[in-house]
Amino acid sequence: MIQISELTRKFGPFTAVNKVSFEVKPGEVLGFLGPNGAGKSTTMKMITGFLAPTAGHVKVMGQNVAKHPMNAQKQMGYLPEGAPSYGDMSVLKFLRFIGKIRGFSGDELDQRIHKVVDQVALSEVLNQRIETLSKGFKRRVGIAQAIIHDPQVLILDEPTDGLDPNQKHQVRELIRNLAKDKIVIISTHILEEVSAVCTRALIISAGNIVFDGTPVELAAKSKYHNAVSVKFSHPYEVKQKLESLVNVYRIDCEDESGLITVFPETGKSVLKQVNELIHIQDWEVEELHVEKGRLDDVFRQVTVGEVA
Amino acid sequence: MMGTGIIMRRELASYFTTPLAYIFIVIFLMMSGVFTFYLGRFFERGQADLISFFNFIPWLYLILVPAISMRLWSEERKSGTIELLMTLPVTVVQAVLGKFLAAWLFIGVALMLTFPVWVTVNYLGEPDNGVIFASYLGSWLMAGGFLAVGSCISATTKSQVVAFILTLVICFIFVAAGFPMVLDAFTEWAPLWLIDGISSLSFLTHFDAVSRGVIDLRDLLYFLIMTVCWLAATTVVINIKKAD
Repeated sequence: MIQISELTRKFGPFTAVNKVSFEVKPGEVLGFLGPNGAGKSTTMKMITGFLAPTAGHVKVMGQNVAKHPMNAQKQMGYLPEGAPSYGDMSVLKFLRFIGKIRGFSGDELDQRIHKVVDQVALSEVLNQRIETLSKGFKRRVGIAQAIIHDPQVLILDEPTDGLDPNQKHQVRELIRNLAKDKIVIISTHILEEVSAVCTRALIISAGNIVFDGTPVELAAKSKYHNAVSVKFSHPYEVKQKLESLVNVYRIDCEDESGLITVFPETGKSVLKQVNELIHIQDWEVEELHVEKGRLDDVFRQVTVGEVA
Repeated sequence: MMGTGIIMRRELASYFTTPLAYIFIVIFLMMSGVFTFYLGRFFERGQADLISFFNFIPWLYLILVPAISMRLWSEERKSGTIELLMTLPVTVVQAVLGKFLAAWLFIGVALMLTFPVWVTVNYLGEPDNGVIFASYLGSWLMAGGFLAVGSCISATTKSQVVAFILTLVICFIFVAAGFPMVLDAFTEWAPLWLIDGISSLSFLTHFDAVSRGVIDLRDLLYFLIMTVCWLAATTVVINIKKAD
């Protein structure tokens, strides 16, 4: 369990994190979202004990991070922003170093290294110096060092930044598999990642929490949530007929693509009505789908107050 | 203190995976040779001792030790690995000590590799090897003092060049504190106890006796205390500035 209460960090006159409070329970994968400079990394640095808070405190598995940093750090794995590592070491030597610092030796150390190398697919570069590796490999070395001791709490600052789609998929799988009874906090810019791996999303903007809920709830904040998009094969006169349906709030027509979006009133659904109308009128349809909600819009809406 | 040992071994290994260690050792040996045999007039003196070698050691350290110490923390801060290191279950003291010990051992190795001068002097005459051993020990302790200063300066900046220059200047002040050029600035106005205090902080004053084989516990203590104080300062600086 991570308990964060009234956490504040100031840099001179600038308040990077402002009285942030939240809790994360085992089994949760918390997606930490926010624009650049919103205070995501600063918060993560305070959770891991790298940065001392100006006010407030962080407890990790019951340990106060400021008072007993070592006890808390033993239970945490951390991938700092940009995945820094010692470039002049080979991947194997670097992992051995981290493993030893984490208190492993002998056979156990070998087994642990073997396991993480397997988990993040590093075997082909094991004896290469880290500075010669591609961005994706460096990131995976960073993840490997964070999970080598099988920590209860895993803090990953932008774990998929710089990875190609296959590698992203792999890392997300890894996080999903790890997360069964653990606490995982990942920060990201990529909104699909939240739907893909997180059980909870937390959006921070200008040092304040502006959203805290499940990814589904986040999507539900979008005006596109439950909207029905239809593309007709022929230019029928549809607008008026659609508008007269029950629960319809508004119709949008995109001239170029011919895609028509039917927005329901808040909390209602229009799929059934639209579907029936299409059958009755015998319109030919090329495409029809229900929108889950556009996360980008919600993100903009909650972080800069722009209307989505 | 397991963390200290692990960090020390990692650091030591990293010296030898880059050309740094080899370049340092070659230059150290070449320069100490030049100083001893040309400037120190080792042969012309006709004495079976290594005074002409040890006399130049402080000046050699002055240039070469900052080159080792500059990367101790600046590099960690610049590359961001300090965030990794400081979130591992090790204390700041362990990290400071581990890094310092690695650098100190490394300089110890470089110092030991000057053994051909010792062989030469033993071949040519019958020197007092006890004196020579004591002088080697003193030189190594002094290297610790230089390194500890460098460690602290390196912790204050992300730039290795700034760390090098500042360390050089501060070490120079310490080396030359007993010289007229430093003391003259004080003699006009300062009370005698202050002037004595400043000159007693000089590396040279303390090393001079050591290089002649006079082992005074106070001289050795001076270098040890110097080292401990500057390492303590490093710990404070790291705690304050690590996340900047």
